[in-house]
Formats: sequence, C-alpha cells, structure tokens
Amino acid sequence: MLIAKLAFRNLIGGGIRTWLNAFVLSLAFVMIIWFQGLIQGMNEYAMQATVDYEAGGGQFWHKDYDPYDPLTFEDSHAPLSPALIELVSQDKATPILVTSGALFPEGRVQPAILRGIDPGQQILKLPSQYLHPQGEDLIPALIGSQMAKQTKLRVGDEVTIRWRDVHGTFDAQDVRIAQIMNVSAPSVDQGQIWLPLESLRQMLQVPGEASYVVLGRDVQNPPAGENIWVYRGLDFLLKEITELVRMKSSSSNILYGLLLFMGLLAIFDTQVLAIWRRRKEIGTLMALGMQRVKVISLFTFEGAMHGLLALAIGAIYGIPILALTFSRGLPLPAMQADFGIALPQSLYPTYGLRLVVGTTLLVLIAVTIVSFLPASKIARLRPTDALRGKTS
Amino acid sequence: MQNGALITTENLVKQYPIGGRKFTALNDVNLTVQKGEFLGLVGPSGSGKTTLLNIIGALDYPTSGSAIVIGTDTKELSHRESAQLRNEHLGFIFQTFNLLPVYSVFENVELPLLLLGIATEDRKKAVMDILDRVGLADRAASRPSQLSGGESQRVAVARAMVKKPKVVLADEPTANLDAENSHNILRMMVKLNEEFQSTFIFATHDEKVIGYLRRKITLKDGQVVEDVETTPQYN
Repeated sequence: MLIAKLAFRNLIGGGIRTWLNAFVLSLAFVMIIWFQGLIQGMNEYAMQATVDYEAGGGQFWHKDYDPYDPLTFEDSHAPLSPALIELVSQDKATPILVTSGALFPEGRVQPAILRGIDPGQQILKLPSQYLHPQGEDLIPALIGSQMAKQTKLRVGDEVTIRWRDVHGTFDAQDVRIAQIMNVSAPSVDQGQIWLPLESLRQMLQVPGEASYVVLGRDVQNPPAGENIWVYRGLDFLLKEITELVRMKSSSSNILYGLLLFMGLLAIFDTQVLAIWRRRKEIGTLMALGMQRVKVISLFTFEGAMHGLLALAIGAIYGIPILALTFSRGLPLPAMQADFGIALPQSLYPTYGLRLVVGTTLLVLIAVTIVSFLPASKIARLRPTDALRGKTS
Repeated sequence: MQNGALITTENLVKQYPIGGRKFTALNDVNLTVQKGEFLGLVGPSGSGKTTLLNIIGALDYPTSGSAIVIGTDTKELSHRESAQLRNEHLGFIFQTFNLLPVYSVFENVELPLLLLGIATEDRKKAVMDILDRVGLADRAASRPSQLSGGESQRVAVARAMVKKPKVVLADEPTANLDAENSHNILRMMVKLNEEFQSTFIFATHDEKVIGYLRRKITLKDGQVVEDVETTPQYN
C-alpha cells in the first residue's frame, strides 16, 4: 500500500514527463493493436477470399492437372465420375474446365488461361450469371478488373480468343465481354478469361469433361478420390496463401516488436535516467530507512503504473480510432492487386480478444520488467554512494 | 560501551580501496556519545568527519572495530536491519537538503512517518506540529522548487525531527546557507535538541556551527586529535 501510494505520488509529481512517457507508450499500445488488427484482418480476408473465389470447400483435380503448369492443361481433363456428377446435380459441386489460349485485344496477342464455368453455379462467388447466353451469336466472357486494365477491354467489347482443341487444332472465335468483375483474388483475375462451361467444352470438343471440380463448403464427406480424380482439401489449396500469410506475419511481427521496443524505450529511458537523475533521491530514501526491496518495488511499481496510465490514455483516444477503422475500413491504394494475395479495396481490421488482451499483458509485463532492471541496479548501490551521486 | 551511552565506537577503522591501495579514512576512533548531546565532528576536508557520520548512521560499515548505536553493533546489521535502525531512531540532515522534488513540503516531512507506518491522522498532526515549529506551516503545500535555501533546510530539519529520533546526524547543514539563515537553522536545532532531547551530531568545519556546539571532536587524518566540552558562543 505504501509503495503504491509513493509510486502514485511520484507518477503524478512527475508532471509533464509522466504524461509524455505514458502518451508515447500509449501510442505503441494503440499502434500495435491497430496494425496487428489490420494484418489479421488482411490475412483473414485473403484466406476467406481464396475460399470464396477459388478454393470452395475443397476440390477434385484431374490427376494430371497442375495449375502452375499450363502445358498440363491440354491433357488434364476427363469426364466426371458418377459420384462427382451426383454432387454437381445436387448443386454441391461445380466443374471447371481449363485450357491455355490467347486473346487479341486491339491486335495485340495476350496469353490467357481460358476457364469454363457453369453460369448457374452458386459454389464460387464469381458473377458467373453473366455467362448465360443472351441470344447472340457471340459467347459471353467474364474478366476481372485487373485483366480488363491490362487488356484495355470494357464491357461490351468484342475480342478474339484462340485455343487448341483436344485434337491439337488451333481455332479462334470472337467473344463479347459480358461483365468485368471486381474480385480481390488475383488468381481468378490476372490472365484469366471465364467462359460458359458448355461453350468451352464445345470449343475443346470435350463434352462432359472438366479439369477440376470445386466442392461446396457444405460437403462434409467428399467422395473418396478415384484414380483419375484426386481430392485436394483446403489445407492443400490454401497452403500457398498460408505460407504467404506466415511470411507476412513474420515481417509484421518484426514491426510489432519494433513498435513495442519504441514504447518500452520510453519507459526504459525514464527508468534508467531515473538512476542518474534520482540517485540522490534514492540515497535519501535509503537514509530515511526505506529497505532495498522497497526501493526496487517502488521503482518497478512506478514503471508498471506508467503502463497502466498509458493503457488509460490509449483507451481514451485509441478505442474511437480502432472502432472507426473497424466500421469504415481502411482504403487501400490502387496497387493492392500487386500485393500477391487477395486484398479488398478497403481493409477491415480484426481485433481479436487474444490480440487486445495479449498486447496489453505483453506491454504491461515488459514495462514492469524494464522498470525492474534499473530498479535492481539501484538496490545494489550503497546508500553513501547514492547520496554522493555515484552510480556503481 | 559505557553505561547510558547512546553511541560508542571502539577501535573503529574504515578503509577504502583506491587504485589497488587501501586508503584509511578512519583510524582507531574511540568515542562515546550520551543522550541529548549537541556535538560536532570538526576538521578539514578528508579528515573523516562524513565517514564517521555515515558509520554512526548505519549508512556504511566499519572495516574493523565497532560502532554501537543505540545498543546495536552496526557491523552486525543486515541491510534490512540497518534500514530499520535508520527508520526508527535516526534523522538525517544533508548539506544539499535532499528534499524529494516531486513531493510537497508536507509530503516530504510525512515520508519518514509513512515508512514507520504511522496512522494517517497521527501523521497529519505530527507533520503540521513540526512544520509549525520550524515556521513553515503555511508552506505545507509548496514544492521544494518554490522554497528558498533557508526554507528548504528548515523542511529538511522538520523531516529529520518529525519522528522525534534519538539521534540526528547533520552533514554540513549550513554549507549552502547564508549567515542569517545558518544562525536561524542552528538556533532552531538547539531548541529542538532541548525540547526533544535528541542527540545532534554535526559534521562541519563551519565556524558558525562550531559556535553552537557543546562538545567538539576534532578529527585529523582519520584520527580523533581533540575531544573537548565547549561553551556555546551563540544562543
């Protein structure tokens, strides 16, 4: 009680110095939570967007299908197995056919991956309904906004696409851009052109075939993989994004550490300088009969109270800022598509209990430790040395 | 230790290691101090006055010999016990006042009582009483930075006396004061010595202080060269 009382007196008596230190520490608090919240929000969004736009609830791949090797596309398609046909008929799965090709916007050649998707599917969040034939001769096509920017294509534009059918024969046809979709997953946007599944099947002359089948998220027990169809669970499909998130998390953890370090530097500075500035005060306290352990407790407690004060200050201005970002999101710059993972136009942070409580505890514990260290140094001083202003 | 003696030193030696050698600050000091004395350790700089004061105040330990303070051999005390001795029985007055800058006058004087665990009401009463005696009751809320040198030293005296200690140790208490303030402080100390029967021990070479002493112990090169009763010149 005595220590708390004296520490409180020291804290309040410290005046502007106390408030400045607490404010700097509170900045670290708020910045850490805000920044980590954004990173967490970004990671969660990237994972969710990958599931929504690409992975679904898992996939069955043709055994030769390799999304990173377009040369495999030509041979990696086959008729669906009865079990998969059953799932598709129940709207629990949707087949996708993939081939490599090219399109010719404004006379230029642009390599592209042609993907056929059922216009009526509800498994992926792609606006495939625009691929329903509109009673024209031209096949409707769907491209993402990045692809549109790259090819300078707009809704209604006609563009020639070229492909090789199952017999290896080149063919070409004009398609009409039915819609430009705003999707945040680069993997379904950049270099991709989406066509009606049946149209692509006809173009390739592979009726009833697909390269992979995307399962709905409600498919609990996917049918056992057959020889030709290999099951790829979300662990596999999200492996890349998980690795990317882990890499980004590592760098964000460094920033987390730096922010924490900055805050702790303020408190450490206060406490270490206290040895120099307040050594006579310490000697006086010892001369007045304060025991060493109480001197350590006093300075440690004083530092910890800086942390508590910083929490209170941070809460005053931090909660409104965090809440505002949470509700309105943080607009991302136009270069978000180059970031490598799915990013929204506005990023919404996620402030988990673990983040808030964890950061709070971490800072408080760290502040207490960095206050204890110089305090224990003080305790080793002989009272006569402290009174003379010596430090060792 | 003589009967009734408050402080006794026997063959007291204090050595400091300096540059691989041992510097002898006190050499075979034998003293006896009775309750209520108003004495001074006098001598030039480096004679060992402050070292002796620190050992009596349990702030430092003798290298050999003993210092018995209020029945306790300070050499045998742990850090905790020496802190307790200082807390309960000793008051300190420093040359540079050593007031805690972030505390008010009241809080500075209250601190020894807080460490002693005195109840709030008793604390307030004791603090205001001693502040009244040193003429600073109206400055209780002031900060040390708002006080003059003389006022600061009066606060330091109040802080040392508030717990009515058996021994008050004053190290060059007038060194930072002008003549008028020095005499004011010293007259106040004489009065408190008479009222509380606390033993005052000064380390000084200030003639003004020496003029108030009733006993003068002269140190030279760490040894007592003279120990005489004196008649105070001032009153």
